[in-house]
Amino acid sequence: MKILVCISHVPDTTSKIAFTDNNTKFDTSGVQFVIGPYDDYALARAVELKASHGASVTVLNVGEASTEPTIRKALAIGADEAIRVNAFPSDSHFVASQIAEVAKQGSYDLILMGRESIDFNGGMVHGMVAEMLGMPSVSPVMRLDIEGDLAKMSREIEGGHEEVEVKLPFVAGCQEPIAEWKIPNMRGIMSARTKPLNVLEPVEVGEFSVVENYELPPAKGEVRMVDADNVEELVRLLKEEAKVL
Amino acid sequence: MSVLVFIESSEGEIRKSSLEAVSYAAALDRGEVIALAIGEAEESALAKAGISGASRVLHAKDEQLKEDNIMAYASVVAEAMEKENAEILVLAKSSLGDAVASRVAIKSNAALASNVVELPDFSAGFKVKRGIYTGKAFVNVDLKAEKKILAIKKNAVPLKEDGAPCAVDAFASTVNEADFALKITGVEKAEGEILLPEAEIVVSGGRGMKGPENWHILEDLAKSLGAATGCSKPVSDMEWRPHHEHVGQTGIKVSPNLYIAVGISGAIQHLAGVNSSKCLVVINKDPEAPFFKAADYGIVGDAFEIVPKLTAAIKALNA
Repeated sequence: MKILVCISHVPDTTSKIAFTDNNTKFDTSGVQFVIGPYDDYALARAVELKASHGASVTVLNVGEASTEPTIRKALAIGADEAIRVNAFPSDSHFVASQIAEVAKQGSYDLILMGRESIDFNGGMVHGMVAEMLGMPSVSPVMRLDIEGDLAKMSREIEGGHEEVEVKLPFVAGCQEPIAEWKIPNMRGIMSARTKPLNVLEPVEVGEFSVVENYELPPAKGEVRMVDADNVEELVRLLKEEAKVL
Repeated sequence: MSVLVFIESSEGEIRKSSLEAVSYAAALDRGEVIALAIGEAEESALAKAGISGASRVLHAKDEQLKEDNIMAYASVVAEAMEKENAEILVLAKSSLGDAVASRVAIKSNAALASNVVELPDFSAGFKVKRGIYTGKAFVNVDLKAEKKILAIKKNAVPLKEDGAPCAVDAFASTVNEADFALKITGVEKAEGEILLPEAEIVVSGGRGMKGPENWHILEDLAKSLGAATGCSKPVSDMEWRPHHEHVGQTGIKVSPNLYIAVGISGAIQHLAGVNSSKCLVVINKDPEAPFFKAADYGIVGDAFEIVPKLTAAIKALNA
């Protein structure tokens, strides 16, 4: 079985978000970049499937050279080889087109990624890739088991979950609790240095969207404290001041 | 030119988030607003899309479309866009809506924006504002393709309720067998509960609730408010509550009018899931809990005393 895991390179969840150049560029100063948390679940499940089913795991990132430490971390966690498509991931259409191209070349049985990246949060790339490849797509997947050429999954829906079956190959957007996050061990980190990381040039994609600028939400006002013995006051404030009751 | 809105139903009625999508489409003022419903539904229920601004509803009710099959649904939506000469597709963000939108974007060669928080600016191009960095920022993007798909976030526009029920016409869609590669073998869904992403008010509990056996006090409060219940990540990790109630960075992102957090310290990952709520109330025994800094109102004290009192006060207000 050949598994392709697509990872995003995103600011750590505790990062303070700021912009520079008149709000047209993300401010990377002091920001630690990590594998997207949802992508990390996808990678962890792929590594588990490798152990239980004997798969090969290729990790793919669409990004500039600065993402390579993140890619090496995925190799340290247990991916066998990596591909970086050398381009800035400008929008979901662009990223999906690059992934679909790599997927076509490699004829993978399973294409996994996170349900969404935590920077642009669109949650659209997996569905786009699947449509481009004419494959089924399932997201967000909370459980994934492979039995022969059949995948059995649990997909989260509003207020519950849905059990889904599909034949390989297909695309899945993953989320917890599909697997436990894996922390690379020393052996993994050492071996990651020599695992192949191939850099490909992007395919050309038409322009679908252009970023004009970024905005931060308005600053939050001071919290108003209410005495624990006076919950009636809270109810009054919610009704009369906040007008939410 | 027209605007197509993909609408979803829950327990026999159009979901509120879908009615918001119809309201959004009407507010766009870019031609006739046509709603599209797929699967089983009562005509009388679907006609209510008119109240939020649809001029008619298309209903694709082929027997094969009974289940929420993402691929088949996407084919129907793309076909309806084509037949109705729709310039824009609007839908509410949801587990089904997102999946459908992404596939239709490729089928229809459309530009797609997700998490859209307000009406577009048409003054120069087609500029939409969407939430990014899990609610910590916004981006203004200009959509370049001829066709556009907008997946809207809750509260992007006020709900329109002054229209009249409209006609519901059957939509005969082409059924593509290849779309049924995906088989749904079971569905488990809480019934009669307010869906967390749809709720106007959310009551959420954290580790401070000490155990699942204490959740009834939050459920009582939620009931008095007509609210949905949520929880923090540790609570769902410990399986005190199901995962679909987990609010936060890697769980459900909510944007209710009122979010009441009880016994949640307010880790940045939890805040990421609630930061677009209109009003945040925090109840915690620790005055140093970081959540207070993000809150509009706070009470320091024992949740097991405060929450029942709050429930009683709400009941008194509603009486």
